[in-house]
Amino acid sequence: MVGTTEVDDGRYVGKRVLRVEDQTLLRGRGKFVDDLPVAPGTLHAAFLRSPHAHARIVSIDVSEALKVKGVKAVVTGEDIRPYTRPLIVGFKNPMDYRGIAMGKVRYVGEPVAVVCATDRYRAEDALARIKVEYEPLAAVVDPVKACEDDAPVLHEEAGSNRVSRRVFTHGEPMAAFALADRSTEITIRYPRNSITPMETYGIVAEYQPDTGGYDVLSNFQGPFSVHTVMAIALKVPGAKLRHRSPPNSGGSFGAKLTIFPYIVVLAVCARLAGRPVKWIEDRLEHLSSSSVAPNRVTRIRAAFDDDGTVHGLRMEHFDDHGAYLRAPMPAPIYRMHGLSTNCYRIPNVEVINNICMTNKCPTGAVRGFGGPQLYFAIERVMAKVADELGRDPLDVMSQNLIRANQFPYRAPAGALIDSGDYQQVVADTVEQGGLEDLKRRRDEARAEGRLYGIGYAMAVEPSQSNMGYISTLKTAEEREKAGPKDGAVASCTISVDPLGSVSVIGDSTPQGQGHQTTLSQIVADELGISIDKVQVNLETDTQKDNWSLAAGNYSCRFSPASVSAAKTAAERVRQKMAIIASRYMNVTAEELDFKDDWIIARNNPENRLEFRRVGGLAHWSPSSLPDGMDAGIREVAYWNAPELTPTSAKDEINTSLAYGFAFDFCGVEVDPDTGEVRIDRYVTAHDCGTILNPGLAEGQIRGSFASALGASMYEEFVYKDDGTFLSGTFADYLIATAPEAVDPIMVETVATPSPFTRLGAKGIAEGNQYTTPVCLANAVADAIGREDIVLPLTPAKVFEWVNGEEEAPPPDVAEDEGPDDRIDYSGDALRGSGSTFVPTTPEQVWDTLMNPDEMAAIIPGCKSLDQLADDHFTGTVSMGVGPVKGTFDADIRLANLDKPNSADITGSLIGSLGSSRGRGQVTLEPSDDGVTVSYTYEIHLSGTVASVGGRLLSGAARSLVNQFFRALVRRAAPDAKPQKDGLLGRMRGWLGGTS
Amino acid sequence: MKILKDGVKAPVTFSLNGEDIEGYAEPRTLLSDFLRHELGASGTHVACEHGVCGACTVSVDGKAVRSCLMLAAQAEGKDVQTIEGLSKGDEDFGDLQEAFHQRFALQCGFCTPGMLMTLASLKGTGRSYSEAEIRDALSGNICRCTGYREIVDAALDVLGDQVKA
Repeated sequence: MVGTTEVDDGRYVGKRVLRVEDQTLLRGRGKFVDDLPVAPGTLHAAFLRSPHAHARIVSIDVSEALKVKGVKAVVTGEDIRPYTRPLIVGFKNPMDYRGIAMGKVRYVGEPVAVVCATDRYRAEDALARIKVEYEPLAAVVDPVKACEDDAPVLHEEAGSNRVSRRVFTHGEPMAAFALADRSTEITIRYPRNSITPMETYGIVAEYQPDTGGYDVLSNFQGPFSVHTVMAIALKVPGAKLRHRSPPNSGGSFGAKLTIFPYIVVLAVCARLAGRPVKWIEDRLEHLSSSSVAPNRVTRIRAAFDDDGTVHGLRMEHFDDHGAYLRAPMPAPIYRMHGLSTNCYRIPNVEVINNICMTNKCPTGAVRGFGGPQLYFAIERVMAKVADELGRDPLDVMSQNLIRANQFPYRAPAGALIDSGDYQQVVADTVEQGGLEDLKRRRDEARAEGRLYGIGYAMAVEPSQSNMGYISTLKTAEEREKAGPKDGAVASCTISVDPLGSVSVIGDSTPQGQGHQTTLSQIVADELGISIDKVQVNLETDTQKDNWSLAAGNYSCRFSPASVSAAKTAAERVRQKMAIIASRYMNVTAEELDFKDDWIIARNNPENRLEFRRVGGLAHWSPSSLPDGMDAGIREVAYWNAPELTPTSAKDEINTSLAYGFAFDFCGVEVDPDTGEVRIDRYVTAHDCGTILNPGLAEGQIRGSFASALGASMYEEFVYKDDGTFLSGTFADYLIATAPEAVDPIMVETVATPSPFTRLGAKGIAEGNQYTTPVCLANAVADAIGREDIVLPLTPAKVFEWVNGEEEAPPPDVAEDEGPDDRIDYSGDALRGSGSTFVPTTPEQVWDTLMNPDEMAAIIPGCKSLDQLADDHFTGTVSMGVGPVKGTFDADIRLANLDKPNSADITGSLIGSLGSSRGRGQVTLEPSDDGVTVSYTYEIHLSGTVASVGGRLLSGAARSLVNQFFRALVRRAAPDAKPQKDGLLGRMRGWLGGTS
Repeated sequence: MKILKDGVKAPVTFSLNGEDIEGYAEPRTLLSDFLRHELGASGTHVACEHGVCGACTVSVDGKAVRSCLMLAAQAEGKDVQTIEGLSKGDEDFGDLQEAFHQRFALQCGFCTPGMLMTLASLKGTGRSYSEAEIRDALSGNICRCTGYREIVDAALDVLGDQVKA
């Protein structure tokens, strides 16, 4: 459906008004952070990052890097330390985090050093010249294992990887479980994902020696509470940390909140380098090291009666925040706390929150912010309750829904759910989405033996966060000591200039949601002017603009908060202009209407003044204004909702202000031969209160659905058990493109306005993050009859669920005379074994293997090899995997030398593209016409090579092994004829390979 | 063949949106960086730098190419078109831009230049396309905001084999 710019009744709110942002963006004239000019002399930063998941930093030598042409500074954690304090989080803890490694690295991709050079290419050149010596440590990547006593501890000063544990009891869950007819339990594992905005992080930082302050330009998204965290860390008053945001931001979905540690690091870099420093994050950096949603393990239990009434829930969460906590983490789990019973009338709930540290990328905000994880658990257990009662899940869910006459409804954990008519939404969805027809399709499919399932999911959609909810993490006594935290202040400034045109400044730092358009609609309506007379500027400048802690764009804040502030400011402008006009029109201000660019006496439309004339009067003739009225027209509104109260002594918290509702159902078919999950139909319904612009609202629903579909089907940040990161490119972290995208059926249903927001609007942008993953999981569970459904629903995984583990394929047929090599990269290491035949004596092979000159010629890519001792070699090797190629320092040791029969080999390769540690064994077995060389090896890989080449590693290893042995045959048996193995030879290879 | 020395900038000349330009680039300078930082044509965006996302798509001699996978020096003497060429100055939107505007086919706008340049290359063929063909043609362009429906609708408005409501 196309949009409009003309409105016939003079009202813009609620219409499909075309986006004002498009005029800029569609011409390629957007001003994103990397598009803005920088001062001459600005340096460009590149980060050296950890190849290890967990290691002690023994030493860092930057001297060679400083010699690279154009390099002006190389900054390490120890250089940053004197200029900073630790970045604080919402509760007291001893962890020391300042955005760059100090002493230890705790995840692959962690910043270790920053090169500042005259251009980015040179800065990256210099990274390869920094020498870091690491002492690798054992890593832990599973949040439950991380809490076990024998787990390696990331932050020794914290004493444990479980840095916070809180038990919450609302109502009487113990009694509910004791009295209910039945109970059931399910454990869910929610994976790591993000929405990876198209534009990455970008920062330009400058130190001001004259004031001792810092100027920063970045695409930070808020909340601006984090500005205080940065100012404290940089040891400057807030007013001396000037942060500006550019006019445009290329998406965020939460990610650009956790740019702030980089702002601190680059601010200090600029200070040390004596020049502005600019950094644009690259995609590998973004995928490995920016921000992800916490993955979570939840054990959830439900107590229910035989009639389907659910009386209580008990859940224990293990929330995995990776290597560091960064403000406002661990917020997602607490943002949802008030909604621990979702949309159901469940009066009793126990919640146990474990906050866990692991050797993975630290977490941050991701669209949905704690909701996908919580609702995955609740909606899976509701499906299980229905299953155990032999009833339709939708029946049981509906039976327990909050009723329309119960709003505002106070949930046991504290959410004050403002309004809704959930029964009507369900009825509309069932009808418009054709549920009965879908059930027929399921029956037909099943009658033919096909795997077809239907899933349901419901969710309360919270919007505008209470800035006090994170305090729920503290005990009541700690909260008492710290003082109350609550509310969520929004601000807006509206001015009318001498020519009567209107400027609006907001605090929402949008990333594509169309806020300029929406605010124009609201202000134009309030002032009765055409929309093209309103100019909205949403760049922010903390030294000049009005802002408060809650400013920014997150947790569906805009429609409840920024919109209410704009409405309030516009009313104040209108009130002032009405008072001015009333003096000239001889009527009271209350009798004036603002319409069609005029101010009109309601009872006598001929009595009117042009809007612009009244605006002009306030500037041109202050003397004609009423006594006591300020000249000019500029109104600032700070808006806050009184419903956002602090956490109660019983840990109840109204976590958000407005609460929408989403209900989805879907039908899926699982192909048992491929494991592919095909979505037959997907239906989604939302009640988000007043809709301000349907074109924008639909875009938010479709966009949220698409990213939730990705999270359900494709997207996951994959780590090996040893912390190796494997999802460093968009070829590894898969995102749906146009052919994979599914169009949901969007239901037209009720809009129950929020009584607590100025226009009755609620958030709309996150609903499908909550419903879609668990709706699809419930459907797949229904299709294949399995309880343990872990996203994403990749074909390989689903295939295994349906068919059991796949049989190992037969060994590859070796090409040419190369060895047969079996490779397995399913565990924490790349493991291989195999053998090859060399037509010479064991002694000859042994001597070749022990001769450094020979080995230098045999090892693929070997540039040099020196023998330090009989059993110790060092050298340099140049190697490539897929898209990356680099030079590595090799260190090889031999042990258990049993000439000429066997030897053990251990070694490491380390270079700017990553590192590997490995061990292996070689045995030589003489036969009639030669010797069979058999080998096994195990290699731990880390760093860039694994992150961007993970899917190619097995092939690359096979190729290197082949090259090695072909060269060995050439060097050890130079006289042997090149042997083209026939069938016999190949069979020998297979046998050798499996022995 | 001209041999360029590592680390030394050499002149590169080509036609950018119909205008002859000259700039200086190192041998390893990417076309995307050259367009954005040497020529100031910042409408072309860089989002993955490994050829998957399509944000940096430009047209070179009429073909849609990824400017992050091409060196500036390789554009020597070619005809390069970017989003800035789809409408000039104050002029109205071209038909693809207008369709995107009408259909709400963009949100943050970061992927949009690449989307438009991919579709412009389809338009250059002069034929019409089915929805499936358009989706297939856009499979090299990632958008994280919209879910693609509006983009496909906008493309069908201009390139479709039947008029959409």
